Amino acid sequence: MNTSTLPNGARGTTAVTVSRPSMQWYLTLAGVVLLIVGSLLSWCYDEGVLGNVSLNVNPGPIQVFMIVIAVLTLFFLLLRGGLFPVLDRLLDSARALRALGATATAFMVAVVIVIALQTSGLANADPGVFVALVGAALITWGSWSLASDPTVDPVSVHMRGWVDILVIVALLAIVLFGAAYALGQEDGTVFVLFLSVLGGVSLALARSGLFSWIRVIAQRHRQVLMLGAFAVAFLFPFTQNGSDANMSIATQVIIFATTALGLNIVVGLAGLLDLGYIAFLGAGAYVGATLSYSAFATIHWKPPFIVVMIIGACVSATLGLIIGTPTLRVSGDYLAIVTLAFGEIFRLAMFNLDGNNGPNLTRGPNGIPAIPDLEFFGFNFGDTHDIFGIPINRFGNYYFFLLVVAAIIILVFTRLNNSRIGRGWVAIREDEKAAEAMGVNTFGLKLFAFAGGAFLAGLAGTVKAHQDVSVTPDQYVFLESAFLLAAIVLGGMGTVAGVLIGATILKLLPEKLRFVSDYRLLIFGLLLVLIMRFRPEGLVASHRRQLEFHEEDTELAEHVEHAHLEATAGSEGTA
Amino acid sequence: MTATAHAASAPARTDPKVVLEAKGVIMRFGGLVAVDDVDMVVREGEIVGLIGPNGAGKTTFFNCLTGMYKPTEGTVTFEGSVLPPKPRAVVKAGMARTFQNIRLFGNMTALENVMVGRYCRTSAMALTSIVRGPKFRHEEAATRQRAQELLDFVGLGRTTEHLARNLPYGDQRRLEIARALATDPKLLLLDEPTAGMNPKETQETMDLIFKIRDSGLAVVVIEHDMRFIFTLCDRVLCLVRGALLVEGSPATVQSDPRVIEAYIGTGPDAPAPTPTAERPAVSLSKEEQA
Ligand SMILES: Nc1ncnc2c1ncn2[C@@H]1O[C@H](COP(=O)(O)OP(=O)(O)O)[C@@H](O)[C@H]1O
Ligand SMILES: [Mg+2]
Repeated sequence: MNTSTLPNGARGTTAVTVSRPSMQWYLTLAGVVLLIVGSLLSWCYDEGVLGNVSLNVNPGPIQVFMIVIAVLTLFFLLLRGGLFPVLDRLLDSARALRALGATATAFMVAVVIVIALQTSGLANADPGVFVALVGAALITWGSWSLASDPTVDPVSVHMRGWVDILVIVALLAIVLFGAAYALGQEDGTVFVLFLSVLGGVSLALARSGLFSWIRVIAQRHRQVLMLGAFAVAFLFPFTQNGSDANMSIATQVIIFATTALGLNIVVGLAGLLDLGYIAFLGAGAYVGATLSYSAFATIHWKPPFIVVMIIGACVSATLGLIIGTPTLRVSGDYLAIVTLAFGEIFRLAMFNLDGNNGPNLTRGPNGIPAIPDLEFFGFNFGDTHDIFGIPINRFGNYYFFLLVVAAIIILVFTRLNNSRIGRGWVAIREDEKAAEAMGVNTFGLKLFAFAGGAFLAGLAGTVKAHQDVSVTPDQYVFLESAFLLAAIVLGGMGTVAGVLIGATILKLLPEKLRFVSDYRLLIFGLLLVLIMRFRPEGLVASHRRQLEFHEEDTELAEHVEHAHLEATAGSEGTA
Repeated sequence: MTATAHAASAPARTDPKVVLEAKGVIMRFGGLVAVDDVDMVVREGEIVGLIGPNGAGKTTFFNCLTGMYKPTEGTVTFEGSVLPPKPRAVVKAGMARTFQNIRLFGNMTALENVMVGRYCRTSAMALTSIVRGPKFRHEEAATRQRAQELLDFVGLGRTTEHLARNLPYGDQRRLEIARALATDPKLLLLDEPTAGMNPKETQETMDLIFKIRDSGLAVVVIEHDMRFIFTLCDRVLCLVRGALLVEGSPATVQSDPRVIEAYIGTGPDAPAPTPTAERPAVSLSKEEQA
């Protein structure tokens, strides 16, 4: 079939098929060799710079990054050389090589500058760093003039099922080990460098078209990807060997992500701007705290935790109904203002229910401390348990429990999205008046999303109370709602994967990097501005949202439609 | 009043059941009276035309009927019970509409658009949708199948998976009809269904409306294309400046001097046009009206 007529089908205009490697090809290859050799040599006499790059044949972390880049470059070179014709049709190696070369060069220049600054001058630099620099420069030079090679639209390429699944498994394995590796880095500078290399490599892979291919594969094998991602999340604690620090961060990340997923139903699916979502989490947390075995708990009724969860969720949902019923009848802007105010009211109410100004429920600014760990059937979440010989500590226990909560919310999210209710939500986002005129219960659906989101937040809140040990009003301030919203916007409204990624980035960076946590408002603000400018649909775009953000882009619409047609044709073929 | 023309044609046959009855509908926007005391009756299996120059209040009248506006005065009775001015209740009762300026859900596929129309005739709620029992799957499948049938019915069977915003203009109008039909209406209100269409598409739309009528629905059509209206309709109402000017059979309305006057805008003391002189009014096309 003729794929070149398809929209976005052929990227390059010069359809050159490379039969014999060109001059530039060998130049790039030489660059790869130099980069690897250089990275295996010592870069600096000083051991204290950049997490020790002073050893020969024993590369430090940064040198490992460079070797990874070199190997990737080699892979794309071989692709270019015609080693894997199938992949060559899918991936544009020239673009990838250029991006890799630019990354490597920028990186090596940065390394030289850091060495010069930290060891007062370049006197301490070893020849290795210059060999690597030259290698990087050669890759850039060689790849710069390579002709872009035409690729086909990945939706029209059908490979064997197991190839697809192998790609997914490989990808998830890289994610798991990458995450474990990144978290294992104690040195802040190395972590930043790791992130920038990751950024550069991602850019290269994105330019090569790898991500659009992966996206197509992921759509074809959604179930496999979901299970795989869950498996990765499940296996993560086992890579940590009982390390408290990282598991604590991971638990923070997962509770943040779980809450963001709940908010994503409200914002991403129903299209409602909720600026006070954290208050619903807080309501759940306060229910969890006041009904706990803490000596400071103000209610002396101790139901089993599962009952507490349901009560917490219902209290939140009731608050959601109280806020939503009057405001959801009027236009969207009011909801944003009312929820903003509600968040403040909640915080102040918790602050003041201390026995002086009202009944003593929350102990005011002191909050409710010393909340004991959860215990199910004699299994105490505070104890460390050995599983397969690997200790799973207190944080690990909560992590697994929260993983289950997250899985439930993801299930609710995806199933609602693909149902009568989900269609109603899309219709409301598209044209509320028309939806109403076609018999869609717009008010009911909006209220359901709002109160349902509150329900899920309340559920998560009860767990958070135990995990945090204490509950105080200042944990539930507006800024937290803003961060949740930022995670959704950054990751991609209306997607599960995007919100998970967004939440991870937003929670992980400040935990791992001091300077990010000092300037986090500034950094996240800039990040959001950039995202809004260059990719308003977020890192992982849902097709529908992408279309909504690009109403004028007819080419995009045709492309999405083409992908959709291919997908439905594919599923009918296999069914 | 307009009673002369109406009284002559109405009692002659045994009348079918009244589906819709609007009585004394008045819609004021501040000082402007957009709809001025309009009565309308629609019977089973009837195609009623609603004509009038631009700004006469035809769309506003539709909005009053469908509950999108709450009429300042007057009642709308559907199959014997008074309709509340709530679009959802109106759809549920069995009256569906299309829009003059197409209001499809552009980023949904054609099929999904029609499936949204099934919303009010299906019932899967949150828990059912999450658990996905056999009842849910059965209902989803039925919704999908009905939507596909309706797309086939309006002639869009091959564009099921296309995005609504990618469809050609004529297909978008037909998709809106399919979406309205998905609500299982007894009465269909079409607001300028052929606006922007070429003669061939206009003819197809006419055939489609006949087909809809033959499947047992009553239809009310707003149009500017006189040839279209007079061929299609059993009865025609002409609105001018919000008020009902003439009502009667196409032939009566066609030859009524006041209608022609309203369209050409001649002064009140201009000579009444003869049937031949009326041609220009009849052929007044949508280009001039647009
Ligand atoms: N929501 C509104 N607010 C104020 N005036 C309106 C509104 N809707 C319609 N009108 C006015 O009512 C009159 C009739 O409009 P419309 O019903 O659209 O006419 P038609 O459909 O016959 O061309 C116009 O003068 C229009 O400006
Ligand atoms: Mg109109």
